[in-house]
Amino acid sequence: MAIYIVKRFFMMIATILIIATLTFFLMHSIPGSPFDEERTSNPTIQANLEKYYKLDQPTHIQYLYYLKAIVTFDFGPSIKKPNESVNTQLARGFPISAELGIVSILVAVLSGITLGTFAALRHNGIIDYGAMTFAVIGISVPNFVLATLLIQQFAVNLQWLPPATWSSPKHMILPTLALATGPTAIIARLTRSSMLEVLTQDYMKMARAKGLSPFRIVFRHALRNALMPIVTIMGTMLAGILTGTFVIERIFAIPGMGKYFVESINNRDYPVIMGSTVFYSAFLVFMLFLVDIVYGFLDPRIKLHRKEGDA
Amino acid sequence: MNEQQLANANALVKERQEEVPSLPKAVMTEKQVGQKHKRQPDYSEKVLAVEDLHVSFKTFGGEVQALRGVSFDLYKGETLAVVGESGCGKSVTANTIMGLIPQPPGRIKSGRILFKNKDLTKLNKAAMRKVQGVDISMIFQDPMTALNPTLKIGEQLTEGLRTHQNVSKAEARKKAVELLEIVGIPNPEERLKQYPHQFSGGMRQRIVIAIALICEPELLIADEPTTALDVTIQAQILELFDEIQARTGVSIILITHDLGVVAKIADRIAVMYAGKVIEIGDKREVFYSPQHPYTKGLLASVPRLDLKEEELQPIDGTPPDLFAPPIGCPFAARCPFAMEVCEKVYPGTTELSETHKVDCWLQDERAKHVFQM
Repeated sequence: MAIYIVKRFFMMIATILIIATLTFFLMHSIPGSPFDEERTSNPTIQANLEKYYKLDQPTHIQYLYYLKAIVTFDFGPSIKKPNESVNTQLARGFPISAELGIVSILVAVLSGITLGTFAALRHNGIIDYGAMTFAVIGISVPNFVLATLLIQQFAVNLQWLPPATWSSPKHMILPTLALATGPTAIIARLTRSSMLEVLTQDYMKMARAKGLSPFRIVFRHALRNALMPIVTIMGTMLAGILTGTFVIERIFAIPGMGKYFVESINNRDYPVIMGSTVFYSAFLVFMLFLVDIVYGFLDPRIKLHRKEGDA
Repeated sequence: MNEQQLANANALVKERQEEVPSLPKAVMTEKQVGQKHKRQPDYSEKVLAVEDLHVSFKTFGGEVQALRGVSFDLYKGETLAVVGESGCGKSVTANTIMGLIPQPPGRIKSGRILFKNKDLTKLNKAAMRKVQGVDISMIFQDPMTALNPTLKIGEQLTEGLRTHQNVSKAEARKKAVELLEIVGIPNPEERLKQYPHQFSGGMRQRIVIAIALICEPELLIADEPTTALDVTIQAQILELFDEIQARTGVSIILITHDLGVVAKIADRIAVMYAGKVIEIGDKREVFYSPQHPYTKGLLASVPRLDLKEEELQPIDGTPPDLFAPPIGCPFAARCPFAMEVCEKVYPGTTELSETHKVDCWLQDERAKHVFQM
């Protein structure tokens, strides 16, 4: 296990480095600079600014500085908001984004699995058809459309919930719903099909032949086997929710990381772009690593390491 | 049973067989049928009585009449082999007794399954769960898929016990270790902590058997328990069955299409065809003097080592469609002796001896001339 983790750790670092490098060169290939504004400032000031941010240096030198920033995890001050460092922005935005993301994932996983399981147990019944109708709609409707519809209905028409910002649990409901519906639908469909397959397995018949309670049969025998494919897609789903937060945060005016990220790209705010990209990718790669470990726990046949004597 | 009766019946049948040249002598040698077992069935105590069981399945294509009146008894400590080709209703019979028929699409249309004077067909799901795994256990065909890959052997062994009996974890564990020893698994203590994929096929089948035995059931239904195993392991597993029966006095219904297995461990044989038991009798009666042309055909299609240069004789044709089963004898279309009556009316049951019963028109007095042709 330890060997596997160490191996994975180095792979994670390599992955992050590749992402960081690609981002750097992509970023520099976009025309424009942080100081392109309609009201052109004094050329001397601009030159000084560029010197200050080391933008006057050749690209490869800038790249080295950038690598140093990654290693020390100090991306310096933001160009557009000089009195704030990138790290402060991340520290402010990340908890909010994480809260939204984690709550959404929890909602998606719990409701998706429940829905899918009941659909499978009542195969071809009303619950099944209802759940799958919901799932098709949930997958088809993009989250930004759903978000606007939710705001229109629950915030504007019914006035039950606040339409935007992030200050109380009440504020969390609509963004979470908008963000979690798609993944819920995907998980529900996957759980259903995988559960249907598991239910026909011999070991399920054997569990029934033991006279076990239906609860135990479903939760102990079926679900664990049925969850495999869901864990598999959890990785990409995490990425989806992560990027989903950009859009949702914009729509609901939530001051999370997504907001800073989008703003920074529009402004060519290089340090912020670099900082948030590296941070996001590190986070995602780490989550994927967690998913792999969970996999090993769920299915004893998956060995994360090779032991002496094991085939 | 009356010895004299049996002898008479056998003599009668032998005579007839010799008169029919087209049919091979479908008899097994004494060696093949096997020696005396370690245990003796107790024919005074009936464990299970299946009476005129009808089971159907609703499908898109119509209603499949899987069982069309199955009746047999099972006594304490005996092994009843149920044989027949694929789709004849062997497994449906087993699953119905076990209460594992999915309803719907399946439905028990009529008949009773009396287990210790309790009609299992009348029990609701909760009551049936108290029978499943406790009084009646089942052993499945493929040990590679019958164990849950994500649960440790120990848990799969003990969960039935822990569900049905009020025992502590430690006691259940102790029992599990004992049972693993009985079924012949070395290092049971350690093995309990392992997962199914760490066992070979034969070992897994032993575990499946141990699981079936953990609540000390009175009836064990084995649905082709050796089909998925290789031949050397098959023999070991069959021996294990014998041993367990001697030890616990459990009654076994053995479903198989392997007549070698039957010859080895069965006491009685029920031959099924198209959802009916067409012939049932003591092992010797069925093997030495099969009465139904289907049984004869079945036995003739088994390869034999003691007869050289004799080709296997398959039964031509296919079993009838159970969406619309024939009104007469279902075997009539494939039967070399079929008469007009066979296609129109299902034959009654002829009792050749106390144990040997057959559903065939050839047993009718008026049909005797068929053999003379």
